[in-house]
Amino acid sequence: MNLTPEPLAYELSRPGRMGTVLPACDVPETALPKNLLRAELSLPELDELTVVRHFTRLSQKNFAIDTQYYPLGSCTMKYNPKANEQAAFHPGWRNAHPLAGDAHNQGALELMYRLQDSLAATGGFSAVSLQPAAGAHGELAGVLMIREYHRSRGQPQRRTMLIPDSAHGTNPATCAMAGLDVVTIPSDAEGGVDMDALRAACDDTVAGIMITNPSTLGLFERNMEAIAKLVHDAGGLVYGDGANMNAIAGIVLPVELGVDVMHYNLHKTFSTPHGGGGPGVGMVGAAPVLAPFLPGPVVVKKGDAYAFEMPAKSIGRLKSFYGNFGVLVRAYAYVRMMGADGMRRMAENAVLNANYLKHRVEKTYKVKYPRRCMHEFVAMGDVAEGIRTLDIAKRLIDYGFHPPTIYFPLIVPEAMMIEPTETESKETLDAFAEALERIAAEARTEPDLLHDAPHNTPVGRLDEVAAARCPILCYRG
Amino acid sequence: MPFIANSDSDRSAMLAAIGVASMDELFADIPASKRYPKLALDPGLSELEVLRELDALASKNLGADRSAWFLGAGAYNHFIPSLVPALAGRGEFLTAYTPYQPEVSQGTLQAIFEYQSMASALFGVDTVNASHYDGATALAEAALMAVAANPTRARVLVPAALHPEYKDVLRLYLSAHPVQLAEYEGAPRDAGLSDDVACLIAAYPDFEGRITDLSGAAEAAHAVGALFVVHADPIMLGLFKSPGELGADLVTAEGQALGNPMNHGGPFLGMMGATQKLVRKMPGRIVGQAADHEGRRGFVLTLSAREQHIRREKAVSNICSNQGLVMLQTTIYLEALGKAGLRKVAQLCWHKAHYAAGQLGKLPGFAVAGGEFFKEFVVKTPRPAAEIADKLAARGVVPGFPLSRYYPQRTHELLVCVTEMNTKAQIDLLASSLAEVTR
Repeated sequence: MNLTPEPLAYELSRPGRMGTVLPACDVPETALPKNLLRAELSLPELDELTVVRHFTRLSQKNFAIDTQYYPLGSCTMKYNPKANEQAAFHPGWRNAHPLAGDAHNQGALELMYRLQDSLAATGGFSAVSLQPAAGAHGELAGVLMIREYHRSRGQPQRRTMLIPDSAHGTNPATCAMAGLDVVTIPSDAEGGVDMDALRAACDDTVAGIMITNPSTLGLFERNMEAIAKLVHDAGGLVYGDGANMNAIAGIVLPVELGVDVMHYNLHKTFSTPHGGGGPGVGMVGAAPVLAPFLPGPVVVKKGDAYAFEMPAKSIGRLKSFYGNFGVLVRAYAYVRMMGADGMRRMAENAVLNANYLKHRVEKTYKVKYPRRCMHEFVAMGDVAEGIRTLDIAKRLIDYGFHPPTIYFPLIVPEAMMIEPTETESKETLDAFAEALERIAAEARTEPDLLHDAPHNTPVGRLDEVAAARCPILCYRG
Repeated sequence: MPFIANSDSDRSAMLAAIGVASMDELFADIPASKRYPKLALDPGLSELEVLRELDALASKNLGADRSAWFLGAGAYNHFIPSLVPALAGRGEFLTAYTPYQPEVSQGTLQAIFEYQSMASALFGVDTVNASHYDGATALAEAALMAVAANPTRARVLVPAALHPEYKDVLRLYLSAHPVQLAEYEGAPRDAGLSDDVACLIAAYPDFEGRITDLSGAAEAAHAVGALFVVHADPIMLGLFKSPGELGADLVTAEGQALGNPMNHGGPFLGMMGATQKLVRKMPGRIVGQAADHEGRRGFVLTLSAREQHIRREKAVSNICSNQGLVMLQTTIYLEALGKAGLRKVAQLCWHKAHYAAGQLGKLPGFAVAGGEFFKEFVVKTPRPAAEIADKLAARGVVPGFPLSRYYPQRTHELLVCVTEMNTKAQIDLLASSLAEVTR
C-alpha cells in the first residue's frame, strides 16, 4: 500500500494548468449570452502527469481483488476476468448510441438477446429483463411486478410482503419504495425460515415473500418448496433474491423451487467488476405468471432481426435506455467462456472452498449454524474477553487480507460473514485460516494489537461518529 | 477449468478434510430430484474464441467514431481523454468493493470526496452524493425526496419537454404515492404552482435543447412550500449559471457526458446534489472527511443512518450498488480538463451548434426552432425526419433524432446535437447532405 499522504486535487492545483488540450474552434464564433453565464467555476487546475500520478497513487491505497484476498460475504468477490474488460472496451460498443435505431445497433441487440437467453437458462425462467442497474433495482422491478400482478387481478389489498429476518436491508427498503408493508418472519434454530411464523402470516393481504436462497447465513433453505407452496396457496408470489446465485448456478433451477421472479447480480455471480461500488446489473428473470410484467424494453427476435419491445403488461421503464450495457458485455463474455459445465464447476468449487474454510475456521471461532454451508458461512469474532469482530477485521488487514463482511446478518451477534468464492486457491484459504488462528491467539495474549489495528495502512481507524456529527462533505479551500 | 485455481488433487484433499466423499454430498440440502439440471448453454469457449465472437458482434453497430454524428437526445458524443480509461481501469479501482473498510479503501474514498467537491461546485449546491444509476433515476429519487418531505401534496410539476424516458421513470418511481405528474409548458415560474405541489422540476436545457429561463422559479416554488428541482446538462454548467445560483434545492444530471462513453445507453452516471438542509434526507452514499487517532486526514462513508443497510424499510431509498466506476471516470475527466478545459468544451459546443443551426436554417424548407439553446436544437424538415435520417445514415451521416420516434405526430422535426467532436467539415457535410436528400 502507498502510505504517503496524497493531497486533494484542489491542493495540487496551480492557476493556469490544464491536463487536456482541446482543438481550436474551427467555426465562426457566436456571441455568448453574457447574462446567463456563470462568474466562477471552482475546479482544480492540473497538468496531465499530475493527474496520472494522483490517481495512480490513490489506487495504491485500495485493497482490491487484483491485489488481495477479499472474502467479503454476500458480495462474491471472485476474480474478474481481464477478457471481460477487453471485450467491453471494443469501440463498436463504446461508440454505439442507444437511440441510433435498432437497425444500426444489431450487434448490441443480438448480444442482449443471447444474454437474456443464457440467463433465463441458468434460472429456468421464461423471460428476462436486463434493465435493472443493480441488485436493489432488480428487487424494485420484481416487487413492482408482483404488485401490478395483484392489481391486474383486482386484488390491490395484497400489500404485505413477507421477509425473513436474515434478509439484506435492501429487501424491506425496496418494499417501502413500492408502497408495500413489510412483515418480518423470524428464523428458526437451524437458520431457516420459521415455518409456524410463516404459516401464521399467510393471510389474504399477502402479496408475496422475498426470500434469499441460499440465505445470507450461507445456508440452503431446506423448506424452500414448502415455503413457496404456503405462499402460493395463500395467493401470494415468491420473489427470489439471487444475491447468492453463485452457490447454485448449474446445481438447481430457482424456478423449480417455486420462485416466480428473481434478480441476479451480474456483478457477483457473473464476474463483472464491482468498480468500488458499481456499476452492476440486477437483471430480473420471471416464470410465465410474471413474465408479461417485466420492465422493458426487452430484446425480441423478429425473423433474422432483433428489436426492442415492451412486454405485454410491463411495469414500465426503470431507467433511461436499456440497462448498464457495458456490464452486460462483460457478463456475456463470461457466460460464453464458462458454458454449462463451467457454471456448475463454479458453484461446486465456491461451495467446496467455503466448506473447507469453515472447517478450518470453526476450530478457533464459533460458527453460528454449524451445518453444511453453501458458498459462505457466518462465524463470530468474540474469541476473547474485550475483543469484538471489528478488532478481528481490522487486524486481518495487517495480515494482508481484506476483512469479511462484519455485523451482518443482523441476527448473528458479532457476525463475520466469509465468502471465499471459487477462484481462490487452497493455499490462500489456508493462509487466511492461519491468520485468523494467529489473531485469535493474539486476542488472548496481546489484545491491544487488535484494538489498535490496522497498523500499516494510510490511515488508522477513523472517527466516524465525529465525521457524521459535523459532516465535511466537500473541499472548500 | 476457467478461472479456478484448485486441481483435482487439491479438491480431493479438501473433501477429505471436510469429511465428505464427493462434491454431490455438499449439496445434500437441495432436493435430489432437482439437482444438476441440464442447462441450455453452449459449451464454454476459450478467451480467443469469445473475443472473436464479440468483435464480430460489436462491429455490426454503427459507431459515432465512424460517422458524422449529430445524435444526442440523452446520450452524448464527447471527447474522452486517454488517461480516463487508463486510470479508471486500474485493477485497484476496478476490482474493489464499496469502501466499507476505510483503512484499505482510501483511494476510492478520496476520489469520491473529490467528485463530491467538484460536482457540488459545478451544480452550485452544498453537496453531491456518490451517484445514482443514471440521470433519470437521480431525478426520480429527487422527486421522491420532495414527496417524502411533503407527503400530503398531490402534484409534481414537470416540463412537457422533459426527456420522455425520464417521464416514464418518474411515473414508475412515484407509482407508490398518490401523486400526479403534471406537465407544464413555458417558464417554470409560470408552471401553475399552488400549495398542493411537492416539487417543481425544471430541465436546464430541456429535451429540445432550449435553455430554460429559471429566473423567479425558485422564489415561486418556495412561496408555496415546494422544492425546486433542476435537471441540468453538466457540460453546459461549465459555462452557464449553476442551478444552485438560481435557487435550486436539488440538482440532478446525467453525467455520462463527463468522460464516459455512450456504450449503447449504459453504464451512465446519475448525479444528485442538494443544499445543506436536505443532506440528511438524501439517498445514496456520501463520503465525509474524518481523522484517525493521530489526527491524520482520511475519508469515510458517512450519514449512513439514511441508508438501507441500517434503516431497512425506513431508509430514504433502497439504493445500494451505484455507478462507482463511472463516477470515478467523471472525477478523472473533471481533473484532467479542469476549470479552463470544461469551459472550453462548453464553448466549442456552443459555437459549433450555433454555426450548425445557422447553416441548417439557410437550407430551403428547413427552419430552426426559436429560443436560446446550448448544444442541441430542433430543426423543422421539409420531408419526414425519419426518412431523412435513414437516407443520411447510408452516407455516413447521423443527422440527429427524429422526434417522431417519441412523438408520432411530430413527423417533420429533427433534434440535432453538436459537440466538440464535430468538425466544421462534418457540419458542412451535414448541411449539404440534408440539402441533397430533400431537393
